[in-house]
Amino acid sequence: MMNTIRIQLMLCGGTGCESTGSHDVKEAIETELGKQGLENEVQIVVTGCNGFCAVGPVMVVQPEGIFYQQIKPEDAPELVEEHFLKGRPLERLFYKEPASKDRIPRMDDIRFFSSQYFIAMRNKGNIDPETIDEYIGTEGYFALAKALNEMDPEEIISEVTDSGLRGRGGAGFPAGKKWAFARAAEGDTKYVLCNADEGDPGAFMDRSILESDPHAVLEGMIIAAKAINADKGYIYCRSEYPLAIKRLTIAIDHAKDYGLLGRDILGSGFDFDIEIYEGAGAFVCGEETALMRSIEGKRGMPRPRPPFPANKGLWEKPTILNNVETLANVPRIILNGSRWYSGIGTETSKGTKVFALSGDVANIGLVEVPMGTTLRTLVYDIGGGIPGKKRTFKAVQLGGPSGGCVPENYLDTPVDYEEIAKVGAIMGSGGVIVMDNRTCMVDMARYFMDFIQEESCGKCTPCREGTREILIILERICAGKGRMEDLDRLMNLAEVVGLSSLCGLGQTASNPVLSTLRYFRDEYIAHIRDKKCPAKICTDLLEFKVDPEKCKMCGLCYKSCPAGAITWQKKQVAEIDREKCIKCMTCFDKCQFDAIY
Amino acid sequence: MKKGMYPHHPDITEEMWKQIDAVIEEGKGKPGSLIAVLRKCQEQVGYLPAVLLDYIGKGLNISTSEVFGVATFYSFFSLTPKGRNRVKVCTGTACYVKGIKDALVRIDDRYGVKKGETTDDRRFSLEEVRCLGACGLAPVMVINNDVYGGVGSDKVIDILEKYE
Repeated sequence: MMNTIRIQLMLCGGTGCESTGSHDVKEAIETELGKQGLENEVQIVVTGCNGFCAVGPVMVVQPEGIFYQQIKPEDAPELVEEHFLKGRPLERLFYKEPASKDRIPRMDDIRFFSSQYFIAMRNKGNIDPETIDEYIGTEGYFALAKALNEMDPEEIISEVTDSGLRGRGGAGFPAGKKWAFARAAEGDTKYVLCNADEGDPGAFMDRSILESDPHAVLEGMIIAAKAINADKGYIYCRSEYPLAIKRLTIAIDHAKDYGLLGRDILGSGFDFDIEIYEGAGAFVCGEETALMRSIEGKRGMPRPRPPFPANKGLWEKPTILNNVETLANVPRIILNGSRWYSGIGTETSKGTKVFALSGDVANIGLVEVPMGTTLRTLVYDIGGGIPGKKRTFKAVQLGGPSGGCVPENYLDTPVDYEEIAKVGAIMGSGGVIVMDNRTCMVDMARYFMDFIQEESCGKCTPCREGTREILIILERICAGKGRMEDLDRLMNLAEVVGLSSLCGLGQTASNPVLSTLRYFRDEYIAHIRDKKCPAKICTDLLEFKVDPEKCKMCGLCYKSCPAGAITWQKKQVAEIDREKCIKCMTCFDKCQFDAIY
Repeated sequence: MKKGMYPHHPDITEEMWKQIDAVIEEGKGKPGSLIAVLRKCQEQVGYLPAVLLDYIGKGLNISTSEVFGVATFYSFFSLTPKGRNRVKVCTGTACYVKGIKDALVRIDDRYGVKKGETTDDRRFSLEEVRCLGACGLAPVMVINNDVYGGVGSDKVIDILEKYE
């Protein structure tokens, strides 16, 4: 029987799309293809995370490049008949541009994708991550062959150093330099660790890379191992990422079968093995010394440096720790050369960076852009701006709990380690959370401090007690019991905690407070002096009333109130019962006449 | 260990004890095995009662205080029993901005359970987790191994009702 595949359906099987039902969609399409007798012409490939999670389940039809979004199992019959049998793409499943409402058929024409530049995520949505041959088919392990057979360790290190690649986990330390230290360190055993303990809330690029292209990370690790002469590697992955762990496990097994891991890799005489280590849920384990403690089976608490892990790391042996995204860049740098890589980006920040766009933005998902792209491009061009009526842009939060909030007038800041630091945030792992006018900045600072306070390991006093003290003050302000002198006290505490904490967690813990105080001091003052929360978030400060002048007596608020707190009759002004009101804002949003305030 | 030699605990059957012995045997003498042993034991029993921590310590030749220290450090481990359905509500930044607080209030209203607690009938235990990395679906909740997105409204109760 003839078996010519003419269409490939790249169906996303990442965490996001799987939870919105991509598995059921796959089965429905398979059944339908069978009914139409197309099963030998149309092939379904379940890929890793496509990146555009918000409109999932998504599927790209190749070779045409047609992008379908929000597919339901019920769509299968029409989709298969119209598109795959008759060749007429199904317009109602195309992506809709939020501003113009235009339907866009091809993925490359959607602005979310067209402004991106893929290096670390080059294979996302293009290959089946559970098949090693597909990775090899896209130049996978070519860089490894080159590194093992044609380069000596010094050459590998200088290539990475010259490329300007900096750590993508947060601190931005030059990767090549780290490798050079570990290469120079003396020791019979050395380790290469991969930090996949992506703890920053709002960052999910590492999960996505592991789910869509696990071999890229393995290849990066083996090259790093050759460079420093390590014989054992660990991937420290969060247990919150079961799909990533599953795909990594498969990838390691395949690599072993193909002689890409284990003894005498590719006949070069070099031995290296990788093991997955599942984290047990502690944010601080993203810190390098804490992570190593955790692999040793102990409480994951950081220790002072020096000695640096490059000299004394895991089990006191020379160790390097690189982030998932950093490692995924390595094979491309080895293959295409440092000159190619350093040609992308800015003076001090080379290459691309993956950002996780989320929050109050139209296009939520993962984006990879060249360094130097402005925040405005990220939020408006790629992100599609702020959705919803009565909503406007307020700030963008960068860098997770150690980062800061950047207001509107700094949106033209380019993404670059140094430039972002100048405006009071950090690049961090790349979480970009957009916040609209309905976000209270004092509450945001309180939220981050609550996070840090809970995740502080408790070893050093400034972090353990200082963050607690800051949290108490912020809670007081949110409850409307703040005092003006609290602002000075916050500044003072923030400074002390930052200067005297042992590890990165404490040293950067105050950033959310400092940046909100810097840009949104007026909101703090409104909470303290006027007892008002301008964004209407802090419920202790809220009280809703109906303006009888503006009320058109339509009863919409009455009908929508989930708590039965509104009394209304035809031709009568509505009234809100303060006792019953749960301050959910439903009536406020529903009212067409701004009569509720 | 001979039959009847196991410590007494109402939630641990003899079969479980045998499995626990096998887990300890595997981890014995292997540096850094404690977390993996705790993980596997919790899989068996559902949580880690004090008697079990003591038993693991003796088995691995580690002091009970060290075992206790590790078990309490990581949020994955629980020293109290869990419900039949583990509800993990994501309180990462994106979910927070998108209104996960509202879902927590609704769950509490309906089932009378707050974070870290288990309902009296052990139907649900409610946990807060920090970012599941599914920010595209915010606000997000995971019940056992099923991920649900957009749970900021009454939908959250409809979903929970499916779990007995």
